Amino acid sequence: MAASKSYVRFDWLMIFIFIALVAMGWVNIYSASLSDSAKGFFDFDQIYGKQMIWIGLSVIIIIFVLAIESKFYERFASVIYIVSLISLVGLFVLGKTIAGSTSWYDFGGVSIQPSEFVKATTALALAKYVSDIQTNMKDLKNQLGALIIIALPAVLIILQPDPGSALIYAAFVFPLYREGLHGVYLLLGLFAVMLFVSTLAFGAVWVAVGVVLLTGILFYRNRRKRPSIIKYILIAVGCIAFAFSVSYIFNNVFKQHHRDRFNIVLGKEVDARGIGYNTNQSEIAISNGGWLGKGWTQGTQTKGNFVPEQHTDYIFSTVGEEWGFLGSMIVVLLFVALITRIIYRAEKQKNQFGRVYGYSVAAILFLHFFVNIGMVTGIFPTVGIPLPFFSYGGSALWGFTILLFIFVKLDGANYHYA
Amino acid sequence: MRKIVLIALVLISGLLFTARLFYLQVYDASSDSLAQNSAIKVMYDYPQRGYMFDRNNKLLVSNQPSYDVMVIPKDVKPLDTLEFCGLLKITKEEFKEILHKARVYSPRLPSVVLPQLNKADYASLSEKMHKYEGFYIQRRSLREYQVDHSANVMGYIAEVNNAIIEKNSYYQMGELIGTAGVEKEYEDVLRGIKGVKYIQKDRFNRDIGPYKEGVFDTLPERGNDIQLTIDATLQKYGQELMVHKRGGIVAIEPSTGEILALITAPSYDPSLLVGRERSKNFTKLWYDTLAKPLYDRVLMGEYPPGSPFKTLIALIGLHENVVTTEDAFSCYGGYRYGNRILGCHHHPSPLSMIGGIANSCNAYFCNVYKRVIDKYPTPQEGIDAWRNDLMSFGLGDFLGYDLPSGKKGNIPTSKYYNKIHKFPEHKWSSLATISNAIGQGEVLLTPMQMANFTAAIANRGYYYTPHIIKNIIGPDTIPKKFTEKHYTAVEEKDFYPVVEGMHQVYQRGTAASIQIPGIEMCGKTGTAENFTKIGGKRVQLTDHSIFVAFAPMDNPKIAIAVFVENGYWGSRWAGRIAGLMVEKYLKGEITRTDMEKYVLEGSLEAEYAKPYSGQPFSINR
Repeated sequence: MAASKSYVRFDWLMIFIFIALVAMGWVNIYSASLSDSAKGFFDFDQIYGKQMIWIGLSVIIIIFVLAIESKFYERFASVIYIVSLISLVGLFVLGKTIAGSTSWYDFGGVSIQPSEFVKATTALALAKYVSDIQTNMKDLKNQLGALIIIALPAVLIILQPDPGSALIYAAFVFPLYREGLHGVYLLLGLFAVMLFVSTLAFGAVWVAVGVVLLTGILFYRNRRKRPSIIKYILIAVGCIAFAFSVSYIFNNVFKQHHRDRFNIVLGKEVDARGIGYNTNQSEIAISNGGWLGKGWTQGTQTKGNFVPEQHTDYIFSTVGEEWGFLGSMIVVLLFVALITRIIYRAEKQKNQFGRVYGYSVAAILFLHFFVNIGMVTGIFPTVGIPLPFFSYGGSALWGFTILLFIFVKLDGANYHYA
Repeated sequence: MRKIVLIALVLISGLLFTARLFYLQVYDASSDSLAQNSAIKVMYDYPQRGYMFDRNNKLLVSNQPSYDVMVIPKDVKPLDTLEFCGLLKITKEEFKEILHKARVYSPRLPSVVLPQLNKADYASLSEKMHKYEGFYIQRRSLREYQVDHSANVMGYIAEVNNAIIEKNSYYQMGELIGTAGVEKEYEDVLRGIKGVKYIQKDRFNRDIGPYKEGVFDTLPERGNDIQLTIDATLQKYGQELMVHKRGGIVAIEPSTGEILALITAPSYDPSLLVGRERSKNFTKLWYDTLAKPLYDRVLMGEYPPGSPFKTLIALIGLHENVVTTEDAFSCYGGYRYGNRILGCHHHPSPLSMIGGIANSCNAYFCNVYKRVIDKYPTPQEGIDAWRNDLMSFGLGDFLGYDLPSGKKGNIPTSKYYNKIHKFPEHKWSSLATISNAIGQGEVLLTPMQMANFTAAIANRGYYYTPHIIKNIIGPDTIPKKFTEKHYTAVEEKDFYPVVEGMHQVYQRGTAASIQIPGIEMCGKTGTAENFTKIGGKRVQLTDHSIFVAFAPMDNPKIAIAVFVENGYWGSRWAGRIAGLMVEKYLKGEITRTDMEKYVLEGSLEAEYAKPYSGQPFSINR
């Protein structure tokens, strides 16, 4: 860190990486959305032109976020959180439906997606709750309290329905673990995901059969230790109930396009022209890049619009095709650097609030990064979530900007107070 | 632990993505080529195929535009079917059937509605084409033959098949390739290089302009014209002479190895294999299994050479020093060995070499042949030495000429005889192979090989590999192998008595009847017994009529071999035809009009029909 004589000292590395990602994002959005009717870089009728406006507005947002006294975020965390929850509830009355999900407010042509901002407000609320002197993450009551803070927005988002965005709330298990949550919850989460996936893959009945067999074997193996049979039965029943409820939700709550997306990931569909089309085209585009890529605006798959939603969730396939292995690696490295830097700075925080918030930011960015690039490169299920700072969209960009810059502010203030 | 779990996961994902990206972008770069890219449409621009000229620069084949009516089914809008069918000259039912097939093949890719319109049909159709959306006219280039002969030499072009596409990545489905004759042999020279255009497509398969502003596009390069060694006039005349006969004529310029004429009969008009009637005509030619017009008899037919082969026996006798020109042998109505006799016709006896050749005495050559084989300790060694001498004349193997079809013929080896006589349980002697002396028995030659050894005799001891290419216009070259002399095992001095013998054949011997004023020819008649199988039974047919010749005797300009299936005796058909060909080539006009009339009006169709009449028939009448 270069020594700074300013009153507050911001972490310029994070800011630099942020600028780099946003700039590279725009360059790729330009290429992915370029059309014959475009009139230069500043054509605001074009997608890339609009993204330029969103970037401009995010600069104003950054100035606001940094100008606000850092204590404000801690003090008003609960209020902000409740207001944001109201905005989610309000969607059920005033929301606009796009592609089957009622996730947007329409402000005179500009659509705002509140769920993109709720990540930051939930992180603030969670940080406030966990950093309270009376809160102990080893206490079951406090664990439940944290769970409610996370689950409220997640459930509201699932009901929109937008399972992709809701999935991101799983990220909060990382800050909680850091603050003393038992490691078994991490494993439990993993186990739940496994049960979830196998239920969708093989059906609840077979999962139930498997669970019964497995607990039977475990019970038999541990019989010398005189295990409590009721405990085993409870665990088995719990697992089976989970499987059946997943099955119920999948078949009765999820929309067909959600079901389709999961089916592709689980290899239930192999039709290259059908619903597996996105991932297939994205992989082709990335493969096309080779070592150095086809060059900016020269990607054939990008130009031919073969990858749907390429400027939003699939923007990384443009990077892969036009900038090749080299360009893709730069993006991956920038994300890894940003997230590890946030974790590093979070550990340096003097107060717990800053640390929990920083961990939350790192975990949210990580999950987006992991799920998005995993999806675009075809190693993870298709879950429609954006690549932070990169994908087209005002709400997403502003949401991530606010998320990151509150931490930049908290971190900078800490420098000051240190 | 609590501090490192998230960092560890971040780093692990970074590595995971690095590996995945490396695999997709670097390791598994199979989809890298432009042609395999689904976003790039490759369009080809076909060059003009090279023309062919004869040795006197007479144009043999050029190109003509042809127009195919094409359809892209998904673009078709409702139309006045009746009017359109009227323009295309097809019925409404046919039209519906064609459109249905096109749609089944692909709604988005073009299919042919009506192939190869002529210019007149095209003109009337092209004005109204805009009214019918989804239909358009595709221009292609087809061969246009300027002559109605030489189909066997020029060959033909046809659509490539899957086997070719797999072997050679240059060709795409639906393209044309030389499939026979010169078209096949000189495909690379004639075809030129097609131009390529890369068109960027969007996901609806619509064109959105040239890929990278066309930097990878190439222009087509026209094929090279080629000049053939054949003489179109001679070729045409030979084909006329061979009407209603089966067999062939090969004429070679001895001093260069250039093929002056290469005629197989029956043949066909090359224009039959161009245009809308192509497949109908091809089927008709292909299934004519008796006359076999697609079968090149002069390159593919393996025949017993008969008496012309005796000239080689004489040469080998001299070369092996087993006979002198003065040695005379008696003929007792044939050659007697053991209790058998190999018959001969009536002629003075005894005869020495020149007389032996002039009178084609079987007994004389049996004696010489026996001496050649018996010169060596065993008949096996004798046969192999004899075979080596023959192979130096280009016999018993592919000659190496530049046409894509051919046969080796057969010059038997000692191994071959060991096998058929079951050696060593049964011994065999030179007498077991005595038919070889008179060009019967196991010896088989193609008419091309016969013309080649005649050229070697005309040159008194060497030949050039026969070839059809005179010049590739542009680079102005021909392959080097056609300008190298091949020397025979027999020395030059040994040729003079044989040449004199062949001259006597023409002067007073078996070919005296075909003498042409002012031409000093050397020749040798042949009458070859032959058999066929009818209903599993071996049946003898009327003898083949054979004649080989070169002229003039000194400084030969043409060496020729004529083969007429079942023509009875040498001078009857083959001799006359050879005489007329030589006169036509050397003098440009025919003085023996009596002979010409006989040949032009003569027909052997009745002879060819005999074995298939189902009736008992007699031969050699």
